Amino acid sequence: MSLRLAVPLILLALVALLPTIAPWSQVVLTIALAKGLAVLGIVVLLHAGQVSFGHALFFAVSAYIAAFLGKAFAGGELITMILLGTLASLAVGLLVGLFVVRYRHIFFGMLNLAVSMIFFSILEKFYHVTGGSDGMQVARPSVLGVPMERAGFETLLFYGALVLCIAVAWGVHRYLESPIGHMLKTIKTNETRLEYLGVSARRTLLVGYLVSAGLCGLGGVLMAVTQGIVTPEYAWWIRSGELVFIAILGGSGSVAGAFVGALVYEVVRTYAAAFAADIWQMVLGFFLLGIILYASSGLVGLYGKLMDRLEGKHKTPAGGAKQSMEPAQ
Amino acid sequence: MSAQVLLETRGLDIRFGGVVAADQVDVEIHEGRNLAIIGPNGAGKTTFLNICTGYTKPNAGSVHFCGREITRRSPRQITRLGVARAFQMPQLFAEHSALENLLIAASARDRRWAPFTRLGDVPERDEMMHLLELVDCAHVAERAVNELPEGQRKLIDIAIALALKPKLLLMDEPTSGVASSEKFGVMDILTRALAEAKVTSVFVEHDMGIVEKYADEVAVWASGAVQLRGTPAEILEHPDVIRDVIGEEV
Ligand SMILES: Nc1ncnc2c1ncn2[C@@H]1O[C@H](COP(=O)(O)OP(=O)(O)OP(=O)(O)O)[C@@H](O)[C@H]1O
Ligand SMILES: [Mg+2]
Repeated sequence: MSLRLAVPLILLALVALLPTIAPWSQVVLTIALAKGLAVLGIVVLLHAGQVSFGHALFFAVSAYIAAFLGKAFAGGELITMILLGTLASLAVGLLVGLFVVRYRHIFFGMLNLAVSMIFFSILEKFYHVTGGSDGMQVARPSVLGVPMERAGFETLLFYGALVLCIAVAWGVHRYLESPIGHMLKTIKTNETRLEYLGVSARRTLLVGYLVSAGLCGLGGVLMAVTQGIVTPEYAWWIRSGELVFIAILGGSGSVAGAFVGALVYEVVRTYAAAFAADIWQMVLGFFLLGIILYASSGLVGLYGKLMDRLEGKHKTPAGGAKQSMEPAQ
Repeated sequence: MSAQVLLETRGLDIRFGGVVAADQVDVEIHEGRNLAIIGPNGAGKTTFLNICTGYTKPNAGSVHFCGREITRRSPRQITRLGVARAFQMPQLFAEHSALENLLIAASARDRRWAPFTRLGDVPERDEMMHLLELVDCAHVAERAVNELPEGQRKLIDIAIALALKPKLLLMDEPTSGVASSEKFGVMDILTRALAEAKVTSVFVEHDMGIVEKYADEVAVWASGAVQLRGTPAEILEHPDVIRDVIGEEV
């Protein structure tokens, strides 16, 4: 087996085993996976050359659905939460998407931001329904009808999330490599030609938008049940920015990068906040600066370059750039 | 000239500020008869193609394709009816290879969204490889199109249009950007590809040698209006054309 393939598999195994050695890592890793799913949503839109600064909206919609379900059905059921939460995010995604896919670039980004801010203030103001800025508790749900202990639930969540992420990453990768996925990419390079092929650029982007909203929704439910509480902060624009940050950190356009970025970010954030509370954001800022200036293909791109060097391969710049858009194989 | 009318415009009119880009344009395009459009820069040739494909909406007038009114429809709708277009500046998907450009076009034609099939594995692959061979670009199939020389980019742009299997193909200066020594070679390649695809073509052209050799009919544009129309022999010998168009080109 090649080194290029072996390292990701070893890392995956390490992530899977870490909680058995260090139980404290389990919740952090689960949160990272939840965010990774949402970041993957951002990555899908990056393929169309569009950046959304409001995708925390979809993260929050499903998280609150999970909270409402838990409240209404005395705990509720995990599978129902995941399905209905994601479905709600898809529905909101369709509503918002029909509107925002008419715009591009800064307008697209800002309109997404605007919608998420409206939702944020609704969550804050309608406190009799949403609990206002205190948010809502998310009762621990049963899983397939079986009530769970806290420890068992957390373990199940972590491994469930891991399997889910692998499956979803594979699916999204296939989507991006398919004809309709490539059409999504042409929105970045030549929308006029796409229309002159008889394809609606807006509808193509809407499909991508729905995929991204669904991914954020999936991440939001996981986050809600992991943390046991949802607050309007879920929809805060800073959260949206964080998703974009992680996407670029991991490797803009890279499916694997979404998860690598989320894992690195979440671990750094958790421990930097504990040990260097005053400067950790500065550290992240410099890190992002470094990535953008010197490694625009993110962590996954850096890994690819490192492997190229080890295997003694020298790629042409164009080939290299193309490679960086794909997940580590 | 009993051939069926494919596309017909009546009284097209459009102005950009003070510039008259279309002024009472009535044109009939007949099935199987390749029409060359000639005329000086700024005469409104590209504007005519823009109106026919729905990119520019005329202030007045109508466009009919196969007897169906298509005025003010979108490029997307008009494309689906069977009008394909190649551009003065090649319109390619810059981050894709030549073959991928064609595969995207063929998938679009067949409405093959196939969210879990790799683009490279779609059933249209062989057909598109054949098309690349027809336009003499098979050897650059895997190359990114933004690395290719302008001549090949133009051919791929036209191949994308052909991939849609249109009834009518509108080409805006297919040989511009091609070295003059290669122009006839390019046109030979295109003629072969067009004949195999059995598609009627309209092409804007500045090179009168090309027009003479490859057009069945010629329309002369000036100041947004069709001044003359006829066979290449008639048109290229017309004193007005020699004075206004050919004189300017030489
Ligand atoms: N969208 C537009 N807005 C403003 N003016 C335009 C627009 N499109 C075309 N024009 C003007 O209309 C006139 C006709 O332009 P057009 O591109 O149709 O000319 P052309 O015959 O194709 O010329 P060339 O041989 O240089 O390609 C020009 O003066 C051009 O500047
Ligand atoms: Mg022109």
